[in-house]
Amino acid sequence: MTELAIRVENLGKRFRIGSAPERYKTLRDTIVAGVNAPIQRLRRGSSLTSTSKEASTIWALRNISFDVRQGQVLGIVGRNGAGKSTLLKILSRVTEPTEGSAEIHGRVGSLLEVGTGFHPELTGRENIYLNGAILGMKRTEIDRKFDEIVSFSEVEQFIDTPVKRYSSGMYLRLAFAVAAHLEPEILVVDEVLAVGDAEFQRKCIGKMSDVAQAGRTVLFVSHNMSAVLRLTEETLVLDNGQLVYRAPTPQAVDYYMAAGFTGSGERLWRPEEVPTEAAPFTPVAIRLKDKNGKVADTMRSTEQFSVEIEYRLDQSITGLRVGIYLLTMRGEYVFTSFDLDDAQKFEQLGLRQAGRYISRCTIPANTLNEGRYVISVNASSFRIKRYFWDDHALAFSVDATGAPGKHWPEPRMGPLRPALNWVIERL
Amino acid sequence: MATSQLSKSHSDVILLRPTHGLAALNLGDLWVYRELVLFLTWRDILVRYKQTVLGAAWAVIQPIIQMVVFTLIFSNAAGLTSEGAPYPVFIFTALLPWGLFSKAMNDAGRSLVSNRNMITKIYFPRLTIPVASVLAGLVDFAIGFAVYIFIILYYTISPTSAYSFKFSTSLFALPAFILLALVATLGVSLWFSAMNVIYRDVGHILPFLTQIWFFVTPIGYSSSVVSQKWQIFYALNPLTGVVEGFRWCLLGLHSLPWQLLAVSAGVAIILLVSGLVYFRNMERTFADEI
Repeated sequence: MTELAIRVENLGKRFRIGSAPERYKTLRDTIVAGVNAPIQRLRRGSSLTSTSKEASTIWALRNISFDVRQGQVLGIVGRNGAGKSTLLKILSRVTEPTEGSAEIHGRVGSLLEVGTGFHPELTGRENIYLNGAILGMKRTEIDRKFDEIVSFSEVEQFIDTPVKRYSSGMYLRLAFAVAAHLEPEILVVDEVLAVGDAEFQRKCIGKMSDVAQAGRTVLFVSHNMSAVLRLTEETLVLDNGQLVYRAPTPQAVDYYMAAGFTGSGERLWRPEEVPTEAAPFTPVAIRLKDKNGKVADTMRSTEQFSVEIEYRLDQSITGLRVGIYLLTMRGEYVFTSFDLDDAQKFEQLGLRQAGRYISRCTIPANTLNEGRYVISVNASSFRIKRYFWDDHALAFSVDATGAPGKHWPEPRMGPLRPALNWVIERL
Repeated sequence: MATSQLSKSHSDVILLRPTHGLAALNLGDLWVYRELVLFLTWRDILVRYKQTVLGAAWAVIQPIIQMVVFTLIFSNAAGLTSEGAPYPVFIFTALLPWGLFSKAMNDAGRSLVSNRNMITKIYFPRLTIPVASVLAGLVDFAIGFAVYIFIILYYTISPTSAYSFKFSTSLFALPAFILLALVATLGVSLWFSAMNVIYRDVGHILPFLTQIWFFVTPIGYSSSVVSQKWQIFYALNPLTGVVEGFRWCLLGLHSLPWQLLAVSAGVAIILLVSGLVYFRNMERTFADEI
């Protein structure tokens, strides 16, 4: 069991920036840009030649070294943009490293790219063969596993129907079934990018633990700390493209959850922390304010406090909702709330115009137990696009002085500490 | 229980490191992934006529309509000659390789970009994509060739036509000219598909480049129209050699223009080799740039 599965040495990946944000625009933009493009392109072309090359590139990964034994289940955690996905892309040979090297022993399969290469016009049967071939299976191998794949996907009846007529659930099930039967020596799971509902993600994780139990190597990237804790033995923490910590998972998770917070009750996003896909949404800041409106890191359980998210829209967005996930330090969700959770408000504010905004909510008194919490920020249009997501936007502490039950000096279980109205009746 | 899986993995160790300078052509990769090439070809063919009323009949109708239109324009209106063969036969002979070339160039040129979701997510030799696009063009070529046989038969049997098909040994050279057509097509396709990843301008250039290329290729006319002095430059277009070769071995109209053919074949081979080198060298940036 000490055989090597992966050895990574001084791996680094440099990306060119500046050419990416040109894409995914509207036709109108394209026409407007089309007039300016040749000029800009000439300028950019000349500036890229030699001198300013360093300035227009960023290192998404640098000096990464680690190795993975065969049969090991390794977690990889890090904030958005820490380089997790880039690392997986290099290890699965999609993109080439800029420096360093990696040694891979065996076939790498991934559960993140299910359905890649599916063609909507082809039938389920045809897509199984096509997708299998793209994932690197031989035709004989697909022939052998075909029945198993079909029954696993539960779409027997529709196997000769074009997949464009499938419901999204059927489509995902079929795609997942093909990927799950690849039987790679090394499985890569990027839960961050995994699409689909909770049920589907559970299936992914289930498959992953099967693979791990069969003695194969798994790399698991996730933002869900409880899943990482449950499934992995050892974890890498990436930050800003660097490998900052490697330890048994419980320690690594503690390190990750505690690291990198200013403790000021305010977080300002630097422009380089905002991915280009977020446009036209630009997050500016998230602040925690106590009942007097003062920004602070520690809130009192017995007093209400507010969370405000400041952001800018460079264009109007339809159906935008901005909200928070509140998590414990162990990564368990406490609640989720969006600024348009009120159905009536959602009707009225369907289109949010360009401009600067603050979305603010109040957490009522007597909600949270003492401890430390993490806020994730999400800005999305339901079923259309997730503009921005920072799963680690801000951490804060709750002080339970004066809270219900505080006269007993004992820790209270659970993240909530409500003041419930107890009635004691004598019968 | 997992020992069989694990023992297999010892053999295939992959070393990932940055490539510098000229990348190895590594065509063995293409052989390892030959099944994927066939699957992608098969996909391109299956998808092409899905949700059309006439389906694969389009592969028959398109060249026939082209033939009729070009016969009306070039022969009847412009009065171009056809060296003795009936004009429709004369032009169809040229439309066969031209159709293969133009269609494959346009499909393959866009192929990488239209398969971007595969390229950014999964590793496989990127060459498989344009190669499959070109191979898919062979199916239309085969259908067109069947139509061609009917046209030849019609003119041979028809009592009103002076033309009749004469068998000659030159017919056996046809596979060589099909191969030459494929070499030229693949060479051009590799260049355009790789360039299109970085410069989307290619997508805009292709339609009118196809038009210009059509007119500088002896399709509606014979290459003998071009003056002797310019013949050698004319032959720099690899399609010139291909079309003249097709006419020579299928119609036997004139002797084989060796010189012209040699130049065209040389250009085609240079295009293919340089296309492969360019493609392999750009390949490492595809996932980041596309």
